[in-house]
Amino acid sequence: MLRLVSLAFFALAWEIGALLAGARRLPGPLAVLARLFDEAASGALFFHLGVTLARVAAAFTLAMAIGAVIGVVMGRNRVADKLGDPWLVLLLNLPALVIVVLAYIWVGLNEVAAIGAVALNKIPNAVVMMREGARALDAQLDEMAEVFRIPFWRRMRHVLAPQLAPYFAAAARSGLSLVWKIVLVVEMLGRSNGVGFQINVAFQLFDMQLLLAYALPFVGVMLGVETFVVQPFERNVSRWRTHAA
Amino acid sequence: MSPVGARTRLEVAVGAKAYVSASGVKLATLEKIAFTLETGAVAAIVGPSGCGKTTLLRLIAGLDADFEGHIARPEPGRLAVVFQEPRLLAWRTVEDNIRIVAPDVADAQLEASFETLGLGEHRTHFPGELSLGLARRVALARALAVNPTLLLLDEPFASLDGATVLRLIEEIKTLVAARPMITLFVTHDISTAISLADRVFVLSARPATLIDEIVIAKPRQPMSAEAASDFARRIGDAAARAPSGQGA
Repeated sequence: MLRLVSLAFFALAWEIGALLAGARRLPGPLAVLARLFDEAASGALFFHLGVTLARVAAAFTLAMAIGAVIGVVMGRNRVADKLGDPWLVLLLNLPALVIVVLAYIWVGLNEVAAIGAVALNKIPNAVVMMREGARALDAQLDEMAEVFRIPFWRRMRHVLAPQLAPYFAAAARSGLSLVWKIVLVVEMLGRSNGVGFQINVAFQLFDMQLLLAYALPFVGVMLGVETFVVQPFERNVSRWRTHAA
Repeated sequence: MSPVGARTRLEVAVGAKAYVSASGVKLATLEKIAFTLETGAVAAIVGPSGCGKTTLLRLIAGLDADFEGHIARPEPGRLAVVFQEPRLLAWRTVEDNIRIVAPDVADAQLEASFETLGLGEHRTHFPGELSLGLARRVALARALAVNPTLLLLDEPFASLDGATVLRLIEEIKTLVAARPMITLFVTHDISTAISLADRVFVLSARPATLIDEIVIAKPRQPMSAEAASDFARRIGDAAARAPSGQGA
């Protein structure tokens, strides 16, 4: 309820701001909404939104999978940790824009470069978080699994994964917000479709209505994913904690 | 190494085991401990606390290979360990904890083991909801569910109240009697050792060495008070005779 009030207040502030700044600089919410419906009716909105979401999904999955494996290996193995750490520091401190531009120059202006560049931006982040998780693994349970000769995959699923899940959820959460921001940059610089591309078009034409008509639904979708996918997952993996006596 | 074929005995021959502390000091923990156990044996290791009983059990479990000597477990065979801490998966229910370790366990066997250990109503609970005594029993049920040829128990009764210990001893007696396996448990409590084991190995203070081996003629039978105190005195005497009894 309070959220709705807060949201209504935001719309009101926007409307007042639009009146003060003039429709050219900041179109009012209703004008943006009308434009949004236009774009939706023509199908363009769904096309660009879909393309961007597909890139987000691909880059996110790739980054989490690679980051989790590398992170766990580094957390469990001292030599791997020593070898990987300088790379990690380098990647962590390389600006996203540099990675994106280099990927386009070296790989070409294509989908592989775009998704790879986004994933590469997220991987070091996921590695750091999963490495923390792997370092915090319970050595006593490891020994238990060893004496009882629990097979590798069952050990992964029942002993390792539940201990890593909170770290994975945290990495996924911060990862998603990072990925969807960088995807727009990648689209702006080198793709001819997607929300980022449309925002670039709107910028060239100084079309504020178009810009907001694409930015808002995208933010809305990502908020939805966060609320309805990531958060329930987080709650689910820590469900057993609430049972503690 | 033994020749090809099955080995049904547990052979322990530890020459020396040293432990290097965090500050780099080398501490002798175990010295000259040798014994052999046949299938069906129930043996106890007693000794002052801190003498290295747990270390010995870890060597036998194969969790630590850094020692001089030789340990041969029954082969082929299944090992089960009840650690001092229950070491359950907090995110799985009691029943899942057992089935993950022993996927082939028969429902009837699991049922019977829950019955004996009084865990029936707790099978869908999470370990965090259990008292330490109950969690220990789950660990015991888990160990038995794999139908081990060698069962190791590390202070299975530590920090439990007297009544619970007596119950648990009775339960273990029932469970152990029915199975063809070697049971070896570590305890600092002489009376538990006497009431459960048929052989008691007495260790000295650190560095622990085997100073006496006591055979209990009629194990796990009701024992007269004199007989029990007689055994307790023998074990106590052995510990007192220890060559390196400078205390733990």
